[in-house]
This record gives sequence, C-alpha cells and structure tokens, in this order.
Amino acid sequence: MMGRFFGGVHPDYNKDLSRGKPIETMPVPGRLVVYLSQNLGAPSKAVVKKGDAVLKGQVIAESGGFVSTPVHAPVSGVVAAIDTFPHPVGTDLPAIVIEPDGNDRWADGCDVERDVDALSSAEIRDLVHDGGLVGMGGATFPTHVKLSPPPEKPIDVLVLNGAECEPYLSADHRMMVEHAEEILDGAALFARVIEVGRVIVGIEKNKPDAIAAMRERAAGREGFEVAALDVVYPQGAEKQLIFAVTGRRVPAGGLPMDVGVLVQNVATCRAAREAVRFNRPLIERVLTVTGRAIAEPKNLLVRVGTPFEDIVAFCGGMSGETGKIISGGPMMGVSQYSLAAAVTKGTSGIVLLRRDEVAQFVSDACIRCGRCVEACPMRLDPSTLSILVERMRFDDAGETGVNDCMECGCCAYVCPSRRPLVQHFRRAKAELRAKARKAG
Amino acid sequence: MVSASPHVHDGRTVAGIMKLVVLALAPATLFSFYIFGLAAVRVVGVSILSAVVFEALFQRIAGRPVRIGDWSAVLTGLLLALNLPATAPWWLVVVGAFFAIVIAKQLYGGLGYNPFNPALVGRVVLLLSFPVQMTAGWVAPSRWGMDAVTTATPLTRLREALLETGSVEGFAMTRDQVLDLVIGNRAGCLGETSVILLLIGGVFLIAKKVISWHIPVAFIASVWIFAGIAHLADPSRFVDASFHVITGGLFIGALYMATDYVTSPLAKRGMLIFGAGCGIITMVIRLFGAYPEGVSFAILLMNAATPLIDRYTKPTVFGAVKRAAAS
Repeated sequence: MMGRFFGGVHPDYNKDLSRGKPIETMPVPGRLVVYLSQNLGAPSKAVVKKGDAVLKGQVIAESGGFVSTPVHAPVSGVVAAIDTFPHPVGTDLPAIVIEPDGNDRWADGCDVERDVDALSSAEIRDLVHDGGLVGMGGATFPTHVKLSPPPEKPIDVLVLNGAECEPYLSADHRMMVEHAEEILDGAALFARVIEVGRVIVGIEKNKPDAIAAMRERAAGREGFEVAALDVVYPQGAEKQLIFAVTGRRVPAGGLPMDVGVLVQNVATCRAAREAVRFNRPLIERVLTVTGRAIAEPKNLLVRVGTPFEDIVAFCGGMSGETGKIISGGPMMGVSQYSLAAAVTKGTSGIVLLRRDEVAQFVSDACIRCGRCVEACPMRLDPSTLSILVERMRFDDAGETGVNDCMECGCCAYVCPSRRPLVQHFRRAKAELRAKARKAG
Repeated sequence: MVSASPHVHDGRTVAGIMKLVVLALAPATLFSFYIFGLAAVRVVGVSILSAVVFEALFQRIAGRPVRIGDWSAVLTGLLLALNLPATAPWWLVVVGAFFAIVIAKQLYGGLGYNPFNPALVGRVVLLLSFPVQMTAGWVAPSRWGMDAVTTATPLTRLREALLETGSVEGFAMTRDQVLDLVIGNRAGCLGETSVILLLIGGVFLIAKKVISWHIPVAFIASVWIFAGIAHLADPSRFVDASFHVITGGLFIGALYMATDYVTSPLAKRGMLIFGAGCGIITMVIRLFGAYPEGVSFAILLMNAATPLIDRYTKPTVFGAVKRAAAS
C-alpha cells in the first residue's frame, strides 16, 4: 500500500465544523425541483406533464441514452410545472417541479424487499440502472455503465472511495460511521456483478472513527479490507486513489478498468443496496451543509430536488455576511448565483463562506515559480499549459496533456499569481472537444 | 459571489514571495552597510529607488497596469545594488537599474516574460561598458570611515598573481583568512562578501519553501568539484577548491540570482542541470577566461538554456509511461 500519490496540496480541511454532527433527516420541503440533468451524459426525458399526480419512487423521466439514468419522483404529489430553473452547475436547466401532497406514499412495487441472492448479475445491473444510480461523489457518472466493462478488460479489484478529500465535507464520513454495514452490502452487490473477490475501502486517516467502523464491519466479509490513506488533496480522485491503494497506474487518457479496477463512492454503494434489495430508487442523499456563514452546520439526509434556500433555512439561516455559496467542496465545487438551485443526485455539500474568507485577487502573469508543477497530481505542467491557452494554442495544449487535467484545482490553489488555471484548462478542453466534433 | 473553482487558496502571493527574498537578503545588506559604510547605503538606496521609478514610469507610458506593489522591482533594485561595488557613482547605479528594469524586463513584457535575470543584465552591461568604474574601485572594508583604501578582490588578486608569476603559490589560506572570507571581511561587491549571512538567508528561503535546494546545491557543488579536480591536476596553477567556493559572487549568485523563478527551469530535474551548468561555466570563466569572476555570465548563459532544459525535463504525465509501454 503506497498511501499516497505524486503532488497534491494540504488545504485547511475545516471538517471540525460538521464531522461530529450525526446525519439528520430534513423534512420534505414545500416544493421540489427535480432536474432532468441528474447525471453525466444525456439528460433524462420527462414522461410526466403538468398536473399529473405522481407517487414517490415513480419514474418521472426515463434514460436519454445508454449513458443516462431514469429520474424518480422524490415524493408523492402533483407536477406543478416543467420549466427551466437555476441548476447547481451554473446555468438554467429543465426541471420537473413537484408539490408534495403530504402523504409521502410510495409507488406500487417500491419499498419492497427482494431476495437478492436469487438475482443474476445482469438483473442486478438492470436494477442499478432502473434505480437511477449515479456516482454520488459529485461526478454523477451513471453507475450501470461502470458495471458494464467490456470482456477484454477483466476487473479484479473493487475500490470503495471513502477518502472524502474535499475540505469541509463530512457526508461520506458520517455515512461510513453510521451506515457501514449497508455500504458494504451495496459493495458486495457490485462485487457480484463484476465478479471480483477483492474489495478495498480507501479512507483518509483524518476519519479514524469511520476507519474503525468500516474495519469492524468488513472483518466478517471475505476479501474486504480497509486502507487508511494519507491526508492529502485530491486523495479521492479516482486515479490517485487507485494508485494509493493498489499501486496501479491508470494510463494517461485511460480508465480504471484498464488496470482492472472499479471505483465506487461509498454513498453510491449504500444507494445500490437500497435500490436493489429494497426497490427504493435514488430519491434522497446525504450532504453536508457547512462553512462559517451558516448558523448551524449539519449533515443532512435530503430529498433530491430540495431547494438550497430551504436547506439553508433548516440550518438556521446564514450567519454574518455570506461571501460565497458553493455546491460541492471548495476545491472543485461550483459557486452559486442563486439559492433557488436544488439538490441533485451529485450534491455532496453546500459550503457557505463568509465574505472575509473570500479573497478576490487580480490575476497576474506567470512568474514560473513551479509550485503548480509540484502540486499537480497528474504530473502536468500547468504553467506552460496556461500560457499556451492564453496564446490560444489549444492544439499544443492538447499535446501537452491538457485532457489529462481532472480540474482538481491544486495548481490554482498554490499559484501566487492567482492565475485562473482551471478555467484555462476547461476552456482548452472545450475548444478541443468542439474541434473534434467538427472533424468528426 | 460567483467565480470558478477552486474557491480557496493557500494565501501565498507574488508580493509575499518577493518580500521574503528581500527579508532573506537583509542580513547581507545590513552587513554591507556595516563594512562599507554610507557608500553602501547610498548605492542600495539609489538602486532600489531608480528600479521602482523606472518600472512605474515604463508601465505607465506603456499603458500597462502599474504593478510596483508586487515588490519585484524592489528586489531587482536590491540585487543589482548588492552586485555593485560600494564606490559605484550614482549615475552608474541609475544606468544599471535602467538596463535591468526597462531593457531586460519591461521590453520583454514585464514580470514573468523576461528570459534573463534583470539584475544580472544590469550588472553585466555595466561591467562591459564601464569596466573602470566597476572594478577599479574596490575598497577594503572601512567601516564608517571615509578614507577608503583601494584594494583588489580575492579573485582579482589570484588572477594577478597567476599572470605575474605563473603560479598560485602563496594562496594557501590560513584559518584566519578563511574566517575572514566566510564572515565577509574582504573587498567585493556590496552583497557578495559574507558567505555566512547569504547562507543564513538562503536556508531561510529553503525552509519557507520559496526556493528549493536544487539549484544552489548543484551550482556550488559543481564549482567545488570542478575546482577540486583542477587543483588536483595542477596545484601550482589552480588553488584549493574551497577558495573558489567562498570567494567571489558564488553564494549570492547560487542562492538569490540563479534561483530567480522566471529565468530558471520549472522542474526539479531541470534545476539540477541548470545549477550544474552554472557551476561549470563559472569555473571555465574563472580558470580560463578573461574575467576573474564568472558567476554573472554563467547564470545569464544558463538563463538562455532554460527553455531548452524545460523542454527535456518536463514531468511525465501520470500514467503516460505505462501507456507508451503498452502500445
């Protein structure tokens, strides 16, 4: 076990604000905004219309393609509108608005236990798809796609991502402390689908109680182990995590399956158990509401579609002057222009920074200090790449590896010139994609 | 407020880094005031002031934002001053600052875009254009006394001895002489004399992670090894290696000039090559060239090689080796 990878940074973790708070269930809000874009890949297609009555767990939008998932009603009620709303990604996107009827009644067939032992691999995979499962660490990649590796890429290790390396967030931490058994149950289902005998849970050492809880529950399961990882961001990035727990290097431009590994977030594992065993589709998730600008930081179980403003109110409102509201963690999350945005399947947290914590800086020329080169966990040269982008030399940026950038933000975190490095790389990747489409 | 990720930062700024380097140079600067007196204060003051004024003026005339607040001009002015003799007339300092800031830095696009270390360009232009004012006026340490005695730097004396007698015998150092050289009780540029104070500042910068050890260690080690081999080959022509390490501008060059971010390589491996190159060129010039001292020329020449070194030492993308092997 390597324990760590190349590069990385040590931001202030600020997890003390919320890590001691047990997961609390938030009441259903007065109105839920359920986006059709709940996953990476194609948005789902609405199958209900305004005025329709829906039941909890009922499909309200179906898959828009193979790399897509269905979306379910998070509550029983009435479809009040289908319109565009501010999405946490930063643009307005279509959503189905549901007004709860107060009964919170499940649709037929939902919330019924199945005999999981009798299920075949293919059946489990289908149930994972039908349950609307996506990667809940934030990437929202449809889970059933990950569970369908081509036969020429045999997988022998399942890695559970419990690193939770983003500062502030503690949702996965609490989940592991409180629901270790269920996470491992879900992982066992995944292991069955892809036929692996070895399951390694990677957890950063700053969560000793989570490590203990997971070790205790993993002890009775054959092939399961828990790896305590160094505390360094981005320890939870897929390629870095795989290297840290197995020593295997995912090829540049490649996928975990290229080295025989499948990675699943711990929250996704628990959701899989719910969906497969109890036929409860993915309609709620745990997230952390934290930061020094929220009155009472909490770890909350909320319905998908719950508006941020209701969550903030449930946590006692904002305290002091709020400078920035981030969906996700401060390293990779998206700052919000509206509290009307609502929770998606990938919302791992809402971080509220105080105004005095949000420093604004004028970005300056690169002084070639090399700090970004040292920090980049992908061993890229952000300095050179960003200068290429400034000069609009996108092809050269592509050859210099910009597509291997995972936008973890380590480079920008250490840049003394405050250069918008991640934005540069996103732009270069977008330009290269556009070009490939045109050629394609 | 809406902006792109990441939303947190480690807090280090360009100005903060520059200030740390200035702070690291403070002991050597104060020591120069102590041994060379008011003359040194004057050179440092004129140099920093004219560097900052040139930077502000040029940025204003060129329509660029005035960024003297980043402290880079202050540092350049200080480094230039520390590379001049205490007897440098005020106009010489101003001309040096002009070349450093306007010609070597701003005409190339300002901070970050200059291929050569600005302070060294200023110094070398003066050395080549005004050799008399730059080298004839070395004064022996005179404290605050005004009756400065003209003398030669240790490297100049070494060269003169070699030219006159064809031998360096008599340059074996006593312990007191070594101590004087290390403490800085000798003639030379303002900031190059005290090896020990420069080293303290350098260790501070390494501890603060402003610079890494790679360039200074490679630089000093290669000078020491090169000089050592030469001395072993012909002790009558080449002095003890330690003499070369503790005299001249090696320490200020290796710790504060060669480590300039803008003009040195990005990757650690590149830094080692860069430092070693500096050391080798320094020794080639010192032993076989026309100048007694070669540190400035060596660094500028290696500055020119930096883009090439960067190209061949850039980090390999994570996982790229494996892919190459597999395909």
